[in-house]
Amino acid sequence: MTEPPLLEVRGLSTDYTAKRAGKTVRIQAVKDVSFTLAKREVLGIVGESGCGKTSVGRSIVRLAKPHRGEVLFAGRDIFSTGSEDLRKLRLKIRMVFQDPFASLNPRRAIGDSIAETGDIHGLFDNKADRQRRIHEALTNVGLDGVFATRFPHELSGGQRQRVGIARAILPAPDVVIADEPVSALDVSVQAQVLNLLADLQAAMGLSMIFISHDLGVVGQISDRVAVMYMGRIVETAATRDITDHPLHPYTRTLMAARPKPDPNIRIKAGIEIGEPPSQFDRPSGCPYERRCALATSHCKSDDPSLRPVAPGRLVACHNI
Amino acid sequence: MLGVRDLSISIGTPADSIDIVSSVSFEIASGEILGLVGESGCGKSMTSLAVMGLLDRGGPWARTGRVELAGFDVIRSQPYQRVATGHGGIAMIFQEPMSSLNPVMTVGDQIEEAIAVHQKASGARQTPKARELLEMVRIPDAAMQLGAYPHQLSGGMRQRVMIAIALACQPQVLIADEPTTALDVTVQAQILSLLRELCDSLGLSILFITHDLGVVAQLVDRVAVMYAGRIVETATVQRVFAQPAHPYTEALMSCLPDPGHWKQRLTTIPGQAAKPGEVRSGCAFAPRCRYAVQTCVDATPPFAAVSDDHRALCHFPRGVAP
Amino acid sequence: MINGVGAFLIPFMRRPIAAVGLGILVCMTTAAILAPILAPYDPSKIDPIVRLLPPNAAHWFGTDQFGRDIFSRVIYGARLALLIGVGVVSFALITGVPAGVLSALYPRFGRIMMRLIDVLMSFPALLLALGLIVILGRGVTNAILAIGVVYLTTTSRITYGLTLRLRTETYVEAATSMGAGAVWTIRKHVLPNLISPMLVQASFVFAFAQLSAASLDFLGLGAPPEIPSWGNMLADGRIFITRAPWLLFFPGFAIALTALSLNLVGDAIRDRLDPRFRNMLNGNRR
Repeated sequence: MTEPPLLEVRGLSTDYTAKRAGKTVRIQAVKDVSFTLAKREVLGIVGESGCGKTSVGRSIVRLAKPHRGEVLFAGRDIFSTGSEDLRKLRLKIRMVFQDPFASLNPRRAIGDSIAETGDIHGLFDNKADRQRRIHEALTNVGLDGVFATRFPHELSGGQRQRVGIARAILPAPDVVIADEPVSALDVSVQAQVLNLLADLQAAMGLSMIFISHDLGVVGQISDRVAVMYMGRIVETAATRDITDHPLHPYTRTLMAARPKPDPNIRIKAGIEIGEPPSQFDRPSGCPYERRCALATSHCKSDDPSLRPVAPGRLVACHNI
Repeated sequence: MLGVRDLSISIGTPADSIDIVSSVSFEIASGEILGLVGESGCGKSMTSLAVMGLLDRGGPWARTGRVELAGFDVIRSQPYQRVATGHGGIAMIFQEPMSSLNPVMTVGDQIEEAIAVHQKASGARQTPKARELLEMVRIPDAAMQLGAYPHQLSGGMRQRVMIAIALACQPQVLIADEPTTALDVTVQAQILSLLRELCDSLGLSILFITHDLGVVAQLVDRVAVMYAGRIVETATVQRVFAQPAHPYTEALMSCLPDPGHWKQRLTTIPGQAAKPGEVRSGCAFAPRCRYAVQTCVDATPPFAAVSDDHRALCHFPRGVAP
Repeated sequence: MINGVGAFLIPFMRRPIAAVGLGILVCMTTAAILAPILAPYDPSKIDPIVRLLPPNAAHWFGTDQFGRDIFSRVIYGARLALLIGVGVVSFALITGVPAGVLSALYPRFGRIMMRLIDVLMSFPALLLALGLIVILGRGVTNAILAIGVVYLTTTSRITYGLTLRLRTETYVEAATSMGAGAVWTIRKHVLPNLISPMLVQASFVFAFAQLSAASLDFLGLGAPPEIPSWGNMLADGRIFITRAPWLLFFPGFAIALTALSLNLVGDAIRDRLDPRFRNMLNGNRR
């Protein structure tokens, strides 16, 4: 019997209401999302804008409350915990945010931002201990201790993102949710931060959920990948399988549309890409049906659920 | 078609000025797409603004150099002179279509506005022309979409509208400043293929600015790589990817995540990008270059020829026997 | 800290007129504090022999109908002006800031609170102050309360808007995800960002308080007649406007000058904030 997963998401659904042409419409940002995360595993969640990947991440750190479903950490639902357990949860499940500029308070010194969790929860014994831990966190992310007294506007984007990572790992968490951590960075800086994340993950034995719209970046660091489309997971598999043998039509489109840095492999003209979905116009059947080359009438009426098609591979499609 | 020679932009007082862009030169032939590649702060956006003539509005910039459109000096002449002599000129599209479009005007009105200025078409003939332009950029239901407002359209559609407005000027050159960076990858693929089509069918020259090497490989014919305000390499796209000559280009290529090497460490470029004005002598990339020697620090590198139509700003370009 | 003071003075050095305003305020405050030393006469001393004298060597600002030295009365009036200003600003901040902040953080409470504030704001400022004075009765303390209520409305509105915006900032969300509660968020993220706008607000409220207080005094609803106040002086001197205009000119000028200086200082502080914010935002561009 293998170890139970560290994090388990079951049937997560989040709705929000919006007004459209005078009518109030209920939109399902996330519909019935389920996956597991084992210890020391890196799961990549990839999808385009509006697919709900950020909502999933926010639900896991309890920044948003889902309407249905559960998130189990070490077997216990994170939404029905007492305040003491919630406190511990906040230390164990941490988030790295996308925008390195916005995620740090511009008026607070870097050291204060990093140590914020410790200050809130009283993790430090005394001032010296606090200084030491800040210094340690900075060194762990490859920054010199002198950065502790600097302010965010004095740092570059890559440095700020490192600070965001230092802040996340300060209390030695179990799970780190990284929400598009490198999307706002230059290519060379992206590489540095990706390496850093991989190193930290290995050294600290972290479980990570890596959310991104960039399949290349996700693939670089993840063990498994979940592809999301319009609030649902449409395919889950080991990274290699996703990139070498994508099964779901959307995954294949994603792989095909990705511009490869090789001028000899140009995207074939006329591949079926279709128009991106409108948030307000959600079909009742398979969400991808309108753009799918394999669509049948069955697809229009029946929303496929995620089911296993091979060991470790799950696909939500009627035609696979 | 478009020639830029020794374009330099500096900021600050004459006594104490910082070069943002130094001696940038390149050419784009008719029907060709040149990719201007570089990371943030390298000066590529400033270069494009200078080429468009958008820099001269009383700002702290000092600009020298020539920009020629079909041999006609673009910057020294007034806009009306350019239009009058049929050098319709240069149009530009930007990264964020939402902020470039007027949110309280319909899409059709905005295109017609551009047509009115540039094509001297009277009111009645503007609407069919606008519809034609929307069809040219492949917006479905063009007639209906003329009445749509920008917020009703998706990001990809808005970008297409931007392109339509740019085409209303009947330009010879299109400058695209990171037009797909804010778009999803599937939408990006469509916009790139649209740009390619337009280039082929209209004989446009396109200056495509980006930091994304994948996009460069997909779209452009030739590449100019910028670093610290200078062009450090120019070549055809095939050559740049197959045999990058400048160490910066080479390093940039090796930073990319590669499906063949999942879960392996990425190579990185040590240090940080040079800020404008930081480098006074020698090669700007020397502090971060793994091949740097003393010459690189002391002497400004020449824009050496690596082979036909392939040049690199380096003392020891890769792939050339010293 | 030294840096902070130096940085604070920069906008004043750039705009000389604002420095003048600051200088005037400093003088006024000094005058108020050192009134007993600076005033050549007892402001309440009645001396019918020297009544209604125009400005001369013995009485720089002339005398009023009771023979009281106007110069001394103006200096002592500064005390009251200072008291009113500080009182009103303090009241407005102490009540307005928590009202605004809590309304933004607790939407249900906020809806009710903001409707109440709307009701208050629908009255013209002076009318509202008058109404409250009628209920509370006249006097300096009641005047401070009444005017304070008037200006707590704008204060709470401003803090409400600012806190709402701050609440959606990513760094505040990050703090929440790390376990920050409302108290921590207010202490560490909201209040520090409120200091600068509140400083600007304080200077403007101080100025308006002067004008409102003078109006109330003029109507006889503020400070009692035995306390020297600029508004009272205007009320007393009203009937002598043609015969002895200096009874009105000097206190009126004092009111106007104070309000003007406060506005200039407030402008300078606000300008200090704007370019800094703009710079910060520009530094944030990728």
